[in-house]
Amino acid sequence: MTAAVFWPLAVLAAASGVMVFRFSSMARATISLLVSFLAAGGLVILLGLGYLGVVLILMMVMEMIIMAVFMIAYMMNPAGLIQMSMVHNQRGALAISATVFVFLGSGAVLATWPHQAGGRPSDPTFQLGSALMGTQMLTMIILGSCSSRRWSARWCWRLTGAVMTGSATS
Amino acid sequence: MLAVPVAGVLAALVIPFGAVTASRMSVGVVWFNAMEVLTWAGLWMAGWGPDAVLSLIGGYRFVAQGLAYQLPLMFALITAAAGAQSLNVAQIVSAQRHVWFVVWMPAAFAVFLAAVYAFSFLGPFAYPAGRDLAGGVLAELSGADRLVLLAGRWLLLTAGAGMAVPLFLGGGAGPVVPAWAWSALKTLAVLAVLVWGGARLPAVRADRYVELAWVVLIPLTIAQALAVALVVLARGGAPL
Repeated sequence: MTAAVFWPLAVLAAASGVMVFRFSSMARATISLLVSFLAAGGLVILLGLGYLGVVLILMMVMEMIIMAVFMIAYMMNPAGLIQMSMVHNQRGALAISATVFVFLGSGAVLATWPHQAGGRPSDPTFQLGSALMGTQMLTMIILGSCSSRRWSARWCWRLTGAVMTGSATS
Repeated sequence: MLAVPVAGVLAALVIPFGAVTASRMSVGVVWFNAMEVLTWAGLWMAGWGPDAVLSLIGGYRFVAQGLAYQLPLMFALITAAAGAQSLNVAQIVSAQRHVWFVVWMPAAFAVFLAAVYAFSFLGPFAYPAGRDLAGGVLAELSGADRLVLLAGRWLLLTAGAGMAVPLFLGGGAGPVVPAWAWSALKTLAVLAVLVWGGARLPAVRADRYVELAWVVLIPLTIAQALAVALVVLARGGAPL
């Protein structure tokens, strides 16, 4: 069952990723990238991380559609809606992306991953939240209120620094 | 184009109908949000697809409308989830045993209903398919294509009305008749209000609604979420 879901999604994610560079239209390339992200979101759900996977789908739909609007708006040709190549500096881009792929891929294969201790947590969403935010919740709240301009920026950064030091030592 | 009705059906997956739910996933509220957002892609593509000016403008109008309605909607959903301390729709229903969420989250409920109009581009938010654009996203469509898109917007409206029931109106709770009947009755009541209001409310331009949403509705829904969080905190994790 897992394999039957994994392989179609994995192939779809990779294939639509490739198609981003094969299409000759900004709109098609953006939607193709969106399809790739949606398939990746499905794979994350398959890992048992429902919250992360669904949020990935939610954010990527909005992000890609807004990106489509901006990409089309900023193209040099009329409105970015006529045919154009999606690639430039092909050799340089190929070299860079091959290097990065080998680097990241070898990291994934060669790293010594920790073994799972105990069973799955009953609520991975809650565990993820406390792992991400747990000790830093106060920092995030103060950083958030820094953006409301009432406080002078220097005070904000000082307070954030103090809280971070405090939570790191506690 | 197909994405619009598909979004409506997928969003409805997590709505409990009495005790019966198509999917009991733990993050039902986020799922509903994500599936409703698929309309952004579906409608922008439907506007871009025919390669015609008026329908493309209609697609862009929906994206602008999306930027306006989406964040207040997210805070409204967060408010209901915070009240129940869960993203699971069934647990949100059971947290309303004593007091329906609509009673102490009226702002979130109103914002949610406005967002239902907005993501199904009906009533006051029919601007992406406006008559001033000769139909906007619908301008170039005919036959089965048009039917699919029109069915999609009504499916989304119905899914939104159905989701309002477990989030704010106590789900299947009610006397005498069984829970599934109460779910159906409440959904039909919300739908009737939405359809009745949709024919009477004036159209809202996206640029004006963006201003209202970001200046008034986002602070309002954040204050509502804060009030709910403080109540839950004061009661040691229990809703009203």
